[in-house]
Amino acid sequence: MSAERTLRGRAVVAGVAETTYYKRGESPDDEFKLALEAITGACRSAGISPQEIDGFASYSNDRSDASRLAAALGIHDLRFANMQWGGGGGGGSGAIGNAVAAIATGMAECVVVFRALAQGQFGRFGQGPRRNTISGEFAHTVPYGLMSPAQMFAMKVTRFMHDHQVQQAALRAISLASYQHAQNNPRAVMYGRPLDEQQYDESRWIVEPFHLYDCCQENDGAAAIILVSAERAQEFDHPGCYLLSAAAGSHHRAGAPVHNAPDYATSAFKTLAPRLFEMAGVGVSEVNVLQSYENFTGGVLMSIVEHGFCTPEECNDFFTLENLTAPRGRVPLNTSGGNLAECYMHGLGLNIEAVRQVWGESSNQVSGADISMVISGPMVTPVSACIFGSEATL
Amino acid sequence: MSAYLQDGLPSPVANNLDAPFWKGLQDNRLLIQRCANCSNWQWGPEWICHHCHSFELDFEETKASGVIYSYERVWHPVHPALASQGPYLIVLVALPAAGAVRLVGNLLGDPRQDVEIGGRVEGVFEHHLDAESNYSLLQWQNIPLE
Repeated sequence: MSAERTLRGRAVVAGVAETTYYKRGESPDDEFKLALEAITGACRSAGISPQEIDGFASYSNDRSDASRLAAALGIHDLRFANMQWGGGGGGGSGAIGNAVAAIATGMAECVVVFRALAQGQFGRFGQGPRRNTISGEFAHTVPYGLMSPAQMFAMKVTRFMHDHQVQQAALRAISLASYQHAQNNPRAVMYGRPLDEQQYDESRWIVEPFHLYDCCQENDGAAAIILVSAERAQEFDHPGCYLLSAAAGSHHRAGAPVHNAPDYATSAFKTLAPRLFEMAGVGVSEVNVLQSYENFTGGVLMSIVEHGFCTPEECNDFFTLENLTAPRGRVPLNTSGGNLAECYMHGLGLNIEAVRQVWGESSNQVSGADISMVISGPMVTPVSACIFGSEATL
Repeated sequence: MSAYLQDGLPSPVANNLDAPFWKGLQDNRLLIQRCANCSNWQWGPEWICHHCHSFELDFEETKASGVIYSYERVWHPVHPALASQGPYLIVLVALPAAGAVRLVGNLLGDPRQDVEIGGRVEGVFEHHLDAESNYSLLQWQNIPLE
């Protein structure tokens, strides 16, 4: 007889950690050392030795290779070395799903999901290619001045806003919510640097419809989450925080080259969202707190629509600062400050914040945050999402 | 005509998959990939037809005439070549005569103009024939309402 094919309740978070979060170029440490600092920090959070780790899962072609990490940490029995393919920050929740799949199937016992990124050491995401020629897919975009992530995604958002009459104020509310939450979070790079409507409105355009404050930061740092079998939940000091579901992927020909995905004005979650909620056994109205990856606010808006929190036509009413802020908003969003105002740790900071909400340890705590959801990497492919739950949700 | 954007961006170089397209632009022709088996248009080019999985793919000439599917006005330069460019317009143009596949280009004219999604545009071949480069791009201009 086969077991039920689900990740629901199979793994518990043992520990989380992040390094100090730096502005791009300000980390005193190399990227690989940052990875080690986050991983060993997560081990301290869990109360385990780094030598208990037997699996690594990451995404976006993280440069800190699993075998090198295992050697540096003196791990005796590496059992799982996993990379979620492509998609940049769209892989964050997918990597957590991969880790839990390994645990649930007995391939590994203790898997660390991590991401380390030193844009100062290795170059910025937000700049165009510095070479004389270009070939392949990008030859059809770069010579027209389309080369940065903001430029790659703006046309999706413009089309969505056009089709559904979404106003700029909806994007602004997403940005303001992140900045407001960051003011209570000493880890946040934008801690002590509040943002108001006037500052947003007067900020320069990067590419319409994105103002400066619609765009994520560029940072240096690392983050790590350790997962183990749910049967071991009692070994840790933290309250139980279990993975209820994870989903990754994208829709029909989402990766068609040169902006040719048939369904274009999308964050790429339409096919994932039903699978995510079905595995978790929860409905969208039961989600207590939400982290949604801000590469750019427009992607956050579309991803929240595509998970059913509101319809496209309701965006102008739904996306208000009041609705999006803890502790009493309808859907408290990006409660650590997120990629915009805490740190662009390629989104893994959002997963850590989702865990802290279940633990009751957020700097913007939502009371009774039993169901805590993360959306990773809108508008890329593959994207991913996951839902964590407290012990009461099992 | 002079180029829409300032000089210094990477020059496109054809590869085994898209060479007929780039050659076509130099000859003032727009060639888009089309399946010899099922007649499906596809863009960007692939080695296989995503519809019928045939490897028999041709490039067929189509009219450089389209509809603006989306657009963006870029203000912040992310490449040194564009440091003094000022704002510029990128359009995503669907080709109704070629299965509504889309091309990326620039919209000629005032970079601060209002852009109409759904507006009709026609192609303008932009030839780069200086000492360092030898390639052509396809730009777009509004078709005035009659």
